[in-house]
Amino acid sequence: MLAFILRRLASLFPLLLVVSFAFFAMLRLGRGDPAMDYLRLAQIPPTDAALVAARTELGLDRPLLVQYFSWLADALRFDLGTSWFTRRPVAEEILLFLPATLQLAGTAMLLTLAIGIPLGVWAALRRDRWPDHLTRVVAFVGVSVPNFWLGFLLVLLFAVTLGWLPAMGREGPASVLLPALATAAMSACVMLRLVRASVLGALGEPHLRFARARGLPGRTLLGRHILLNAMVPPLTAIGLHLGELMGGAMVVETVFGWPGLGRWALLAIGNRDYPVLQGFIIVMTTVFVLCNLLVDIAYAWLDPRIRLRQAA
Amino acid sequence: MKRLLLPLACVIVVSLLLGALLAPWLAPHDPTVTDLSNRLLPPSAGHWLGTDHLGRDVLSRLLWGARASFGAVAAILALVLALGCLVGTAAGMAGGMMDAVLMRICDAFMTVPTLVLALFMIGALGTGLTNVVIAIALSHWAWYARLVRGLTLSLRHRDHLAAARIAGLSRFAIIRRHVLPVIAGQLAVLASLDLGHWMLHVAGLSFLGLGLAAPAPEWGIMINDARPFFRTAPMLVVLPGAAILLTVLAFNLLGDALRDRLDPSLHSQAH
Repeated sequence: MLAFILRRLASLFPLLLVVSFAFFAMLRLGRGDPAMDYLRLAQIPPTDAALVAARTELGLDRPLLVQYFSWLADALRFDLGTSWFTRRPVAEEILLFLPATLQLAGTAMLLTLAIGIPLGVWAALRRDRWPDHLTRVVAFVGVSVPNFWLGFLLVLLFAVTLGWLPAMGREGPASVLLPALATAAMSACVMLRLVRASVLGALGEPHLRFARARGLPGRTLLGRHILLNAMVPPLTAIGLHLGELMGGAMVVETVFGWPGLGRWALLAIGNRDYPVLQGFIIVMTTVFVLCNLLVDIAYAWLDPRIRLRQAA
Repeated sequence: MKRLLLPLACVIVVSLLLGALLAPWLAPHDPTVTDLSNRLLPPSAGHWLGTDHLGRDVLSRLLWGARASFGAVAAILALVLALGCLVGTAAGMAGGMMDAVLMRICDAFMTVPTLVLALFMIGALGTGLTNVVIAIALSHWAWYARLVRGLTLSLRHRDHLAAARIAGLSRFAIIRRHVLPVIAGQLAVLASLDLGHWMLHVAGLSFLGLGLAAPAPEWGIMINDARPFFRTAPMLVVLPGAAILLTVLAFNLLGDALRDRLDPSLHSQAH
């Protein structure tokens, strides 16, 4: 098992290297002159002399690969440069805003599981009866709802009309509920349908017929023979959902005034603040990749076939 | 019931498309003309869905907004299919080093959550609807390249392709005449399932103010515009969102129905 984890961890480095270089190049080769943006954000008039000085200061006159490796050397020491706009270290700003986004995305992930799994099992066990039809319609509408708009509707119902939950900000544990629900809705619906299909698959397995023939009680059948087997495919889907939830959280944050990475990144996009954009994409990618690694480890732990096949 | 889904989805999508195409003639008012003496009006005979905080007709803005949304999604579709087919067939037909390099590039694009990648791309390219379209297309093409490559690989060693090669057809002609038509069905299924997803991305990024500039009629912008009046005039937020929901619903219905018709084995995409 340890060998499996180390092997997967080692395979992440080349991937992150390629990804970070691709994004570094994309940012540099994108529209316009970074030195111009730098001077604009520093509020220095863009004279020819100032442009030349800025290019030297930022190292823009050096070859792209040299620039990349100097960025990489800093990044490996957790130094992601300084924001051209706020003049503060990018790593420091990320540490300031990342926890709120992770809290939102994490709560949304828990809601996705807490809604998707029980309803999916219920729909499968009551196949072609009303619970199945009802969840089918709900899931179909749920995957089509814009998450930020759902956020407004939830505020309208739970904050404005009923007054149960706060509409804005991040104060107290209850304030995460509405934004997390808006973020999670689509993933929960996808999860519901996936769990339903997976449970239906497990219900058709021959070993279940054998277990039933042995006269095992219904509870054991459901727990050990159906659910345990049916949970493996939804577990792999968690990795994909995490990405969707992290992206979704960034949009929903603006609806609820949630102080996360979304608003910070939006400011950087509007300002074309290169070090912030570079730091943003590499941190988000790393977080996402590490979460997927955790999912993979859990998967291998649950399903010995995976870790043995990869070792061979 | 199941047999009715495809016609139903087609009817909804076609009527929405017609509404978008004919917006200049259907819309009862100019979508951008402000009239401060008629602010926040409730629905009436003159303004079927009322007016917004600047006295603009909501129905006209919704119709014009459909144009922007459909246009953006159509452009994304074209870009994604073009890039996906180009890279996918190139990798699948060439094999070897070319295949390996192209697939590593796909891996890099598939490593990052799509919306996060789109946000970064807009940062690199600048804001505006064109760049939003390019950013969404660039964050989704890799899945198509993967699918096309896989299908191309499965076709590469078939007899009729060998015959075409012996007959002297160029690589390009083989791809155009013997590969693309075969995989078109699968591509159509995958794309129709993604149309709604892209429309949600376009709406979300417009809502964040990264797409069209403010006075333009667009659904995401309308919701963002209406935020300060959300408590007093919630319909200004609800209506554009309902338009997005209806359109995405119709696209998803179409995708599901197409999948049932063309490819019962392909299960729903998880992204």
